[in-house]
Amino acid sequence: MRFLLLFSRQGKLRLQKWFTPISEREKKKIIRDMTSMVLARQPRSCNFLHWKDLKIIYKRYASLYFCLAVDNQENELLALEVIHRYVELLDKYFGNVCELDIIFNFEKAYFILDEFLIGGEIQETSKQVVNRCIESSDMLQETMEEYMSKPAF
Amino acid sequence: MKELMVRAIYCESLGYEASFSYIHAIKLAQQGAGLEKRVGYLAVSLFLNENHELLLLLVNTVLKDLQSTNLIEVCMALTVVSQMFPKDMIPAILPLVEEKLNHPKEIIRRKAVLALYKFYLIAPNQVQHIHNKFRKALCDKDPGVMTASLHIYLQMIQENPEGYKDLTASFVTILKQVVGGKLPIDFNYHSVPAPWLQIQLLRILSFLGKNDQSVSELMYEVLDESLQRAEMNHNITYAILYECVRCIYTIHPKSELLEKAAQCIGNFVLSPKINLKYLGLKALTYVVQQDPKLALQHQMTIIECLDHPDLIIKRETLELLFRITNAQNVMVIVEKMLEFLRVSTDDYTTIDLVGKVAELWFIETMNTVFSVGGDMMQPDIPNSFLKLLSEGFDCVEDDRKLRLFAVDSYISLLHGEPGKLPQRFLQVISWVLGEYSHLREELEPASVLRLLEKLLDMKQTSSETKNWVLMAMTKLCVGGASVSVAQQVSETYISSMDTVLRQRAQELQHFGQDSEVRTRVLPRDTDLENTIFDVDSSLSFLDGFVSEALAAGAAPYKPPHQRQEELAQAKALSLEPYGLSLPISMSSCSIADRQSPTPLSMSSGLSTTLKLDGVKRVWGREGYLVQRESVEETAQVEVPSPLRSPSQQAEANGSHSQTPTQTPTPEPEQEKQQLAASLFFGLSSQSSVCLMGKSGPTSHRFRRKAKGQGSISGATEQTSKTKLNDSDIKGSDPSLSEDSGLVAADSEDMNPHEDPERPKDLCLSSHLPAELSGLCHSEISPLCSIQSLDLSACHVQKDDSLVLVIFIQNSSDSAIRQIPLDLDSDELEVMYYVSRVSDSPVEDVRSHDVAVYQYSLTVKRPSVHVEVVGTVSCPVGTPQTVRFSYKLPLTTFIRPLTLSTEEYGTMWLAFSHDTKQNLTLISDDPEPLTATLSVLKRKLQLHVVEIIGMEGILACRLLRDRPCLMHCRVHAGALAVWLRSPVPDLPDCLIYHCQRALQED
Repeated sequence: MRFLLLFSRQGKLRLQKWFTPISEREKKKIIRDMTSMVLARQPRSCNFLHWKDLKIIYKRYASLYFCLAVDNQENELLALEVIHRYVELLDKYFGNVCELDIIFNFEKAYFILDEFLIGGEIQETSKQVVNRCIESSDMLQETMEEYMSKPAF
Repeated sequence: MKELMVRAIYCESLGYEASFSYIHAIKLAQQGAGLEKRVGYLAVSLFLNENHELLLLLVNTVLKDLQSTNLIEVCMALTVVSQMFPKDMIPAILPLVEEKLNHPKEIIRRKAVLALYKFYLIAPNQVQHIHNKFRKALCDKDPGVMTASLHIYLQMIQENPEGYKDLTASFVTILKQVVGGKLPIDFNYHSVPAPWLQIQLLRILSFLGKNDQSVSELMYEVLDESLQRAEMNHNITYAILYECVRCIYTIHPKSELLEKAAQCIGNFVLSPKINLKYLGLKALTYVVQQDPKLALQHQMTIIECLDHPDLIIKRETLELLFRITNAQNVMVIVEKMLEFLRVSTDDYTTIDLVGKVAELWFIETMNTVFSVGGDMMQPDIPNSFLKLLSEGFDCVEDDRKLRLFAVDSYISLLHGEPGKLPQRFLQVISWVLGEYSHLREELEPASVLRLLEKLLDMKQTSSETKNWVLMAMTKLCVGGASVSVAQQVSETYISSMDTVLRQRAQELQHFGQDSEVRTRVLPRDTDLENTIFDVDSSLSFLDGFVSEALAAGAAPYKPPHQRQEELAQAKALSLEPYGLSLPISMSSCSIADRQSPTPLSMSSGLSTTLKLDGVKRVWGREGYLVQRESVEETAQVEVPSPLRSPSQQAEANGSHSQTPTQTPTPEPEQEKQQLAASLFFGLSSQSSVCLMGKSGPTSHRFRRKAKGQGSISGATEQTSKTKLNDSDIKGSDPSLSEDSGLVAADSEDMNPHEDPERPKDLCLSSHLPAELSGLCHSEISPLCSIQSLDLSACHVQKDDSLVLVIFIQNSSDSAIRQIPLDLDSDELEVMYYVSRVSDSPVEDVRSHDVAVYQYSLTVKRPSVHVEVVGTVSCPVGTPQTVRFSYKLPLTTFIRPLTLSTEEYGTMWLAFSHDTKQNLTLISDDPEPLTATLSVLKRKLQLHVVEIIGMEGILACRLLRDRPCLMHCRVHAGALAVWLRSPVPDLPDCLIYHCQRALQED
């Protein structure tokens, strides 16, 4: 996997993850290309696109487009399932996820993604395990906050 | 601080610059705790990329966190390490990450493995030493860690499959367990056990099994199992199936699996879901090179996809078509591609496609131009074509492809009927083959040599062309192999009358004998442009020779003009100086003289290239694109290349006139059919004609002529004139031996009624024409009688034809004149050919004598039995007409076809009509397959090409030259037979006869 982008129907970027080093300018160009290409797709066409030597797999969930770029010889259907699994994970964590959840808690979305994918490869495919990891770090946060908010006497 | 950082990330993602916060992100990662640290790391990974200088500040933080006792901090550090880490800092943290491979917590181990995978990707040499640790990770008790390690293995095996063959069994076992559902339920995804793991393993297996039969055999079982387990219900199972199919087609093939995989592809292609259709097309593209027939099966779907509104689907279809392009359908496909180019807006696609179009179109069109334009062209056209080919374009890869394509197409042309190609084209072909055929690695130089030798043997090949061919042979010999053919050729031509030819033959012989000189003179793999040939124009290397000659008393060399003057002064005979013999003597001496062979023989061997230098470039990279329209038009008109038979031509023309889409016909279905016909044209009926020369009829007629009884029919004369080639000459040999038979038959003929007691059959058989009497004939069966005439017939099987002989016996006392006899058949083409006495089918029968009619029969349409229906009327007395019929089994038209296993392989793929059936095996023999095949060989005249284990391949041809291939495999006590042929119905008829033959036995 090369990169994962989430953007809204209006073309606003919501989340970006780059698995290979790319310069800033390049990133901007890719984002622009992706949004224009994916948004221009007709409703009843397939979920795969060619872009340079990469395959773009995109899927729309409500108002949000998930767009994943993979190498040419990768399995497209599998990539589609990666997107789906990520949505499931978000859904499980936020409970009926919507675009607003991701806007306001995007760092959480990143954390979930980090538990799910590492360096462009699937790390953990089990929903339960990913959630357990996220929850445990959330617990940590709460205990820290409790700790900090305790009167220091 | 954390909140601020989150906001900075948000600003950045909206496209506002927030570079001031980068340093704070690093600080937060360093100093924060818990979630703050995490946000810090996240911000760093989003803000900075691998080359950013601030990243160095992070190394220390990562080091500290890796050593932390807090699990979550270690996790965070490993995550950020596997996301982005400066390459030159890897050694600093590598020991710590390695240490984590032994961590008690599986999640840490897993992340460590993935971090190492990342390191392997960016700096493979730094993790060389821990390969055995990867093995340990593969055997980890936690499946998650094992899964993670597969990423590394996939990468390593992709780079070097040889090194990991020993692990195949382990991978197969793992896959078996996964497919069998042995993993914890956690790994299930939509109730499919660990799909990612499965796909990863399938991919690894396909790399391992590629071109390796023994390794492939290990995995057949598990592949079969995963095909069966994957029930069609969810996207993820389709993903697994697709990967399975790819794996099956990559590894060493096994027919059962291939069948199942083909079925899967069918399901994909026919699926209404567009994503699956796309994958189906992709799979087809992948497999079509091995099995073009599969594309034929789905041709209608492919045509539909070609008109699909979704450009992506359309493009994938074009990709598929690109793979099945051949000489016959190239114009249609290129047209489709250009059509797509007009609507496509994406630059990258355009570049890619233009390259393909150029590649396909260029060579093919040049082929057409050459074969049509032929010898009428100015010489600089082929020259500039070769120049373009040798200098190439800017891109090395493009050049290679273009040359490869040229080599491929020329090889197939030579396999066809090279006799019809114009001389200049043959020259171009031999140059290209000599220069570039080594690019195609699986092509053996020996086979190329043999093809070239065929060219030499042809009568109409001019001596100039022969020169080119010999030069190509010289270059080919550099490979070292197949010197014997070259030797043989050079011996033939070394005594040629043509001096230039003789020189080439000399060169060839020397190179063939002396490999050292060979490698020095014609170094392999050098680019022409990069090597500078310093041709010594002053011929200084000859100085020694000259001075020796001078010392021996030879006259000093005078330039031609001086000589002319002297001659004029002397008023002697005005002799031209020996323009040709001079360089020859020099070059032969240069070869003998080991000291300085290079410059001169180089210049002769490569004179074609040097010649090109002065030539204007007609087709530059842009140039030919500009001219494309005009040339394409001519090509359109000239599409029928000499390779095709007239009927095919007609078909092709028809489809061409239909394909332009601007005139929609009322029946779009029909149009699609036609488009399909033209697109898949070459796949279905290719090479039926061109694989074997048309030696059959000509040589046969030649025999008749050789008999020399003065009864040469007009038709015979015509054909033998037009088709007089070497096969005729060969054909004349057997006729000589038959002459003795002729005498014997004639002497018998003198007194046919010597022994009236002998059976009628025997008596009639004596009337068999001389050249047929030596061959075995069928029983002579009575057909009918009319008044005093008795008709009987038999058929005689000859190597290249089937002759029907009809005897008309006149038992009356008076001669009967002009008996009209008509033969006709639905399935056969009946051709009357010269009888012994007269050349017309109407002849006289003397009293108590027998008239013999001969017909040569060819199958038009195969059928199990073929029948000839005839009418005869007796002109004497009351006019009376009698009908008769003569039935023959199809087997009488079957002849063995001798070919090699490789040829069989290529032909097998090219044929479209097939049939499969299980036949009974002869079971009482210790070797049932061999016994069964020998029965088939004996009874049906099939040629056994090869028997490999439990499989056998056979070949035969239906007169004339229509091949049929047979593949048999012993399976569950029966013989699974698969027949393929370019002729419809032929496989079905043949399988019927096979069945009969085995039942009777």
